[in-house]
Amino acid sequence: MKPILIRGARVVDPSVGRDEVADILLDGGVVRAVGRGLGAPDGAQVLEAAGLVAAPGLVDLHVHLREPGREDVETIATGARAAVAGGFTAVCAMPNTDPVTDNQAAVGFIVSQARLAGSARVHPISAVSLGQKGEQMAEFGELVAAGAVAVSDDGRPVATAHLMRTALEYALTFGIPVIDHCEDVTLSHGGAMHEGITSTRLGLKGIPRSAEDVIVARDIALAELTGGHVHFAHMSTAGAVRMIREAKARGLAVTAEVTPHHLTLTDVACEGYDTNAKMNPPLREAQDVAAVRAGLVDGTIDCIATDHAPHHYDAKEAEFDNAPFGVVGLETALGLAITELVEPGILSLPTLIERMATRPARIVHLPGGTLRPGAPADVVVFDPAAEWTVEPARFFSKSRNTPFAGRRLRGLVRWTLVGGRVTHTAGDRPDSPERSAP
Amino acid sequence: MSGALGKDLLGLEYLSADQIRRILDTAEPFKEISERAIKKVPVLRGKTIVNLFFEASTRTRISFEFAEKRLSADTVNVAASGSSVSKGETLVDTARNLEAMRIDMVVMRHMSSGAAKFLADRIESSVINAGDGKHEHPTQGLLDLLTIRDHRPIAGTKVCIVGDVLHSRVARSNIWGLLKLGAEVAVCGPRSLLPLGIEALGVRVFRRVEEAIAWADVLNVLRLQLERMEAGYIPSLREYYRVFGVTVERLAKAPRELLILHPGPMNRGVEIDSRVADGPHSVILHQVTNGVAVRMAVLYLLAGGNPDLAEAAKGGADR
Repeated sequence: MKPILIRGARVVDPSVGRDEVADILLDGGVVRAVGRGLGAPDGAQVLEAAGLVAAPGLVDLHVHLREPGREDVETIATGARAAVAGGFTAVCAMPNTDPVTDNQAAVGFIVSQARLAGSARVHPISAVSLGQKGEQMAEFGELVAAGAVAVSDDGRPVATAHLMRTALEYALTFGIPVIDHCEDVTLSHGGAMHEGITSTRLGLKGIPRSAEDVIVARDIALAELTGGHVHFAHMSTAGAVRMIREAKARGLAVTAEVTPHHLTLTDVACEGYDTNAKMNPPLREAQDVAAVRAGLVDGTIDCIATDHAPHHYDAKEAEFDNAPFGVVGLETALGLAITELVEPGILSLPTLIERMATRPARIVHLPGGTLRPGAPADVVVFDPAAEWTVEPARFFSKSRNTPFAGRRLRGLVRWTLVGGRVTHTAGDRPDSPERSAP
Repeated sequence: MSGALGKDLLGLEYLSADQIRRILDTAEPFKEISERAIKKVPVLRGKTIVNLFFEASTRTRISFEFAEKRLSADTVNVAASGSSVSKGETLVDTARNLEAMRIDMVVMRHMSSGAAKFLADRIESSVINAGDGKHEHPTQGLLDLLTIRDHRPIAGTKVCIVGDVLHSRVARSNIWGLLKLGAEVAVCGPRSLLPLGIEALGVRVFRRVEEAIAWADVLNVLRLQLERMEAGYIPSLREYYRVFGVTVERLAKAPRELLILHPGPMNRGVEIDSRVADGPHSVILHQVTNGVAVRMAVLYLLAGGNPDLAEAAKGGADR
């Protein structure tokens, strides 16, 4: 593999507090040097990056790659390809596959499929409980040895307080977080969107904020009891942000993520029964959007994670009640964040990179998220000013279920490098993969 | 087809006060058709209408069918059981197949909120929402308005909707229609059966039915479904009647005479006392009669009929 010199970029590396025009030299799969006027070694490929931003490759703690089980809507290969198109060099795959990723063979399968795909790194997350049934704990030790970086019953909450307690305690041995999808299913049962005036008008059963808040409260109490690390998936309510802020102030080992859609949309997007606005947790109200944004700004919420959830066109082309929850997010996350958070001055660019690369890597103890010499040569180079239009038909993902179709966004990924190899170049287009949409 | 109402009738939320008044005014001349010995006029001759009912319905389906037949439309009834729907066909495929047979209108009842809009967005024919989930039941709202208007001006009238507002499409259509025509609207029921934030629509909330009765000119009493008790929204039907039942004793304390509406089917002795349902202030059967006229008006207007010519049209002018 040839050395690569990224020349003249604005290098943003929050892990070392760097934000300056410099060159980055990658060789042997790792970062060799970052500095001004680095010469290109013999045979090196040079990427001219004047006017562009170079940053540690983005890390997504929350994706659903659907393989095994629903290869018709996404595979590890297409999901990983969509990831690098969006600037992500590492993604963490949730275990609600079919069969559930709850044993070392299943974890090993994901690792080997990702290796074959050769684009973004894919780190498996194992189930907390066998079959995600909320009963017997999975074998965390063996799963971590096979490559799992965290455990979660995502798609549903860790079923009982007792299971959450024991999982947090047991996970301490391996230093991994327990990621919880906070939803009291007795409160959310049958719900299709946020419970509020819009659900009342549309006649759709609502999911109240409290469905999230009561489980967040439970988990904070259990983090306090056990000293274990809870990571809160896709936070959507003002109440959850308030509780996490308070828990962090008390020094508890809690971290949290928020999705691009919860940062940018409200339940009004469900108007007209648009099934691409149906997700779980549901889009909330303006006060919640303001709260998750404030949480992201002050660090209460550690990172942005996409909850990339591909679904078949036919499944979403249905009555709102009958359509599945979820939206794809890998290919729009960076553009949305730059357009909606950085451009209006809510978040600085270095803070955004911190929230999309450095912190998420730290939460699951990945070596990425930094451009320190010796770190993996995982880099994203993007043009923060370039405008583009979201065209789902041109996604690398097999699925197109996005509420952002037609949006004009700023921030275009020029190159994504994983392990010192260019895995995505702007202008690349999907080469006729089978699609889940006509 | 587009006329006074546009292509479809999906809900009263999406109509202007003028459009609603126009439907009610158009219904007036149609009332008389049902009183004739020969109850048929050629207003919709040659039009094909499909009644697509995914949920059981007696009153609404029959009312639509009478309205269609009395206007001389050709009609087909499709029920979910025993049709291709029970074989797993999607809603949109069912509709497209019907449309391929060249129809003019679909009257649909469906268990999912938004199903009528979903269908209307995907087919060319007019869609009339005959009840979609918990969303709207616009022709029921219209017949309730017509019935109230037969007794008193709607503007300024105080109407309280009593019961399971949370799960009621009738309540939503009533709220929109009444507010648009200038009525004052309230709801009353156990808080577990009232939608969160309902006040934001511009309605008052009464916690006790006695307070509602003291305030209102009209009570629209909703059906309380047995499933609500099973799902834990209320402790028991007995308890519901005790606390929220519209009884003669409670009505006797009203400061004025109340008009009593009920969309049916009634649970006598649960939400309403038989002596009230059959009493002098009940207009429940009048509602049913008005239902046919209102549906005729809707069919006529969606077929492109001119509201000002309804009287002439029913005389037999071939359009």
